[in-house]
Amino acid sequence: MGHPEAAARFAADVPRTHWHDQALWFMRVKRDRAAAQIPEWERLRELAQEIKAHTLSDLAGYLEQFERNATARGAVVHWAADAEEHNRIVHGLLAARGATRVVKSKSMLTEECGLNPYLEARGVEVVDTDLGERIVQFRGEPPSHIVLPAIHIKKEEIGALFHERLGTAAGASDPAYLTEAARGHLREKFLGAQAGITGVNFAVADTGAVVVCTNEGNADMGTSLPPLHVASMGIEKIVPRAADLGVFLRLLARSATGQPVTTYATHFVGPRPGSELHVVLVDNGRSDLLGRDPFRRALSCIRCGACMNTCPVFRRSGGHSYGVPVPGPIGSVLSPARDPARNASLPFASTLCGSCADVCPVRIDLHHQLLAWRGVLLAGGQVGARKRLGLRLAAWILATPRRLEWAGRISRLGLRLLPAGLAARLAGPWGRQRALPAPAAESFRTRYRRTHGRP
Amino acid sequence: MAARDRILSSLRRAAPPGPPLPVLDRVGVSFPDLPARLGEAVAAVGGVMIRVADLAAADAALRALPVHRDARSVVSLVPGVGAATLDAAAVRDPHELAHLGLCVLRGALAVAENGAVWIEGASLPHHALAVIPEHLAVVVDAAAIVPDLHAAYARLDLPGRPRWGLFLAGPSKTADIEQSLVIGAHGARSSTLLLVG
Ligand code: SF4
Repeated sequence: MGHPEAAARFAADVPRTHWHDQALWFMRVKRDRAAAQIPEWERLRELAQEIKAHTLSDLAGYLEQFERNATARGAVVHWAADAEEHNRIVHGLLAARGATRVVKSKSMLTEECGLNPYLEARGVEVVDTDLGERIVQFRGEPPSHIVLPAIHIKKEEIGALFHERLGTAAGASDPAYLTEAARGHLREKFLGAQAGITGVNFAVADTGAVVVCTNEGNADMGTSLPPLHVASMGIEKIVPRAADLGVFLRLLARSATGQPVTTYATHFVGPRPGSELHVVLVDNGRSDLLGRDPFRRALSCIRCGACMNTCPVFRRSGGHSYGVPVPGPIGSVLSPARDPARNASLPFASTLCGSCADVCPVRIDLHHQLLAWRGVLLAGGQVGARKRLGLRLAAWILATPRRLEWAGRISRLGLRLLPAGLAARLAGPWGRQRALPAPAAESFRTRYRRTHGRP
Repeated sequence: MAARDRILSSLRRAAPPGPPLPVLDRVGVSFPDLPARLGEAVAAVGGVMIRVADLAAADAALRALPVHRDARSVVSLVPGVGAATLDAAAVRDPHELAHLGLCVLRGALAVAENGAVWIEGASLPHHALAVIPEHLAVVVDAAAIVPDLHAAYARLDLPGRPRWGLFLAGPSKTADIEQSLVIGAHGARSSTLLLVG
């Protein structure tokens, strides 16, 4: 199923679609307020972009420097070419220590690699400890948003879910009450865990640190009790200097949720006494993407989710409609690189309004990339016949002023003469949920000629 | 090893040209009254800041708070502040801290812009002490306030002395259920910053 079909399913529930739209817009508003409080916000975005662009020009060098420094402080660094190798390494570490109870904090990379099903198939219980992730895990779904995994679910539904899974009172839906129940449930899981897995927000080349940011404290809980910490990261998460974190931490939480900073930003350097720290560096298509202009810029993403919160398509279609672990504008740029045939509809799930690029803290030119993907997919024969025909027709019409003038004349005539239902049908998907406009009495061109004479 | 070499060589092959690493010394903010701004920032992240003259006053202020009065067990990592019932250094296994009521931490510096406090890893006998107690109190010297994170990283000099630690900003929180902010997700349910001097 492509994005349009999945989105239509989501949007069939109109009140819910509006509710979802508003919930995300609320995040966008909070982000705007937070950004406005920083006078040098735009300068910070430029710096973030430059640091990332510089890092991508010598990713290999910085990864080696990170490896040297992390190893010197007692961490063990692993390299995985793809998802399968990553999963094998993580499972190997757990199996060698007999760990079958694992707590995990948020990591889009492990979603991308399908780590949970891999470990579960091998007898390991993996508990997602971020509250939103635990909710979607109970429901047997993937997260619908990278920062707000359960943004698509109503509190009454969570109440019913917790009643069934955690024995909370029937009908209870107070967020504080439900959060307290989850706290108790997850406390037990933390205390019983034999290993903790985390994602990585930033890895620092000049200190060998991996930095993990959470609001709940679940990464710290999950790594400070068991004797094994496995941190999985995409190779693009590296920053050259600890000082660069000043730029990124000022941008990240403000862009994500409008907070000045996350509650916890823990800099792990080597294992704590009596425990082990393993860092798994994962490629899984990233080095290929690095070689592809202009798409390589997508590797700068710090996974703040701001482009999702602002996207008019995401807000009205829901994260699940994208069918990929990282949805929204950035996901629609990353996913076709991975599997163009399967994800061919995603670059079209955009109005190209550019709002995503305006809020992106690392200034990825997301809408330009989406447009570029459309060209690539079209050339690669990955676009359906109907859309191809439409695009070819549009290109033909838009190629000369005369054809455009005629097309306008025909459509005005059509709007005037045809019954509304038929006109809407002819307008294709555009006519489905809209009233078509009343035809103008004359075109702009005719009017200009009438009032100003020939141009 | 095979993967390592393959990844590194394909990254080298694909490496695009890039700009030089930007110099960061011209970015940052300043505030006329650092302690006042810190107080606002701490409140904004859900914490409470109390200003005291010295450690004795910090101790008195803390003992007067319900989080101390009602705590069944207290760990203090700041000598003289709080009535410790447990010596964390003598605890072998962090699981024993599961029911800790209050922990008094030492903050190495505080960031006025965002209310975060840097906790040196070396000051914690167990990492869990920063997250497992029901409540936290953090003692910071007024002289250790910096305006923003750039100044914080400059002062911490992590490349010169790489070590673990964390920025902690207020109590643990979540908004994963319909975006309603709930304090006390997994970690501390409250966080009190005692600003000394
Ligand atoms: S592309 Fe930009 S806005 Fe979107 S998640 Fe990544 S960093 Fe955030």
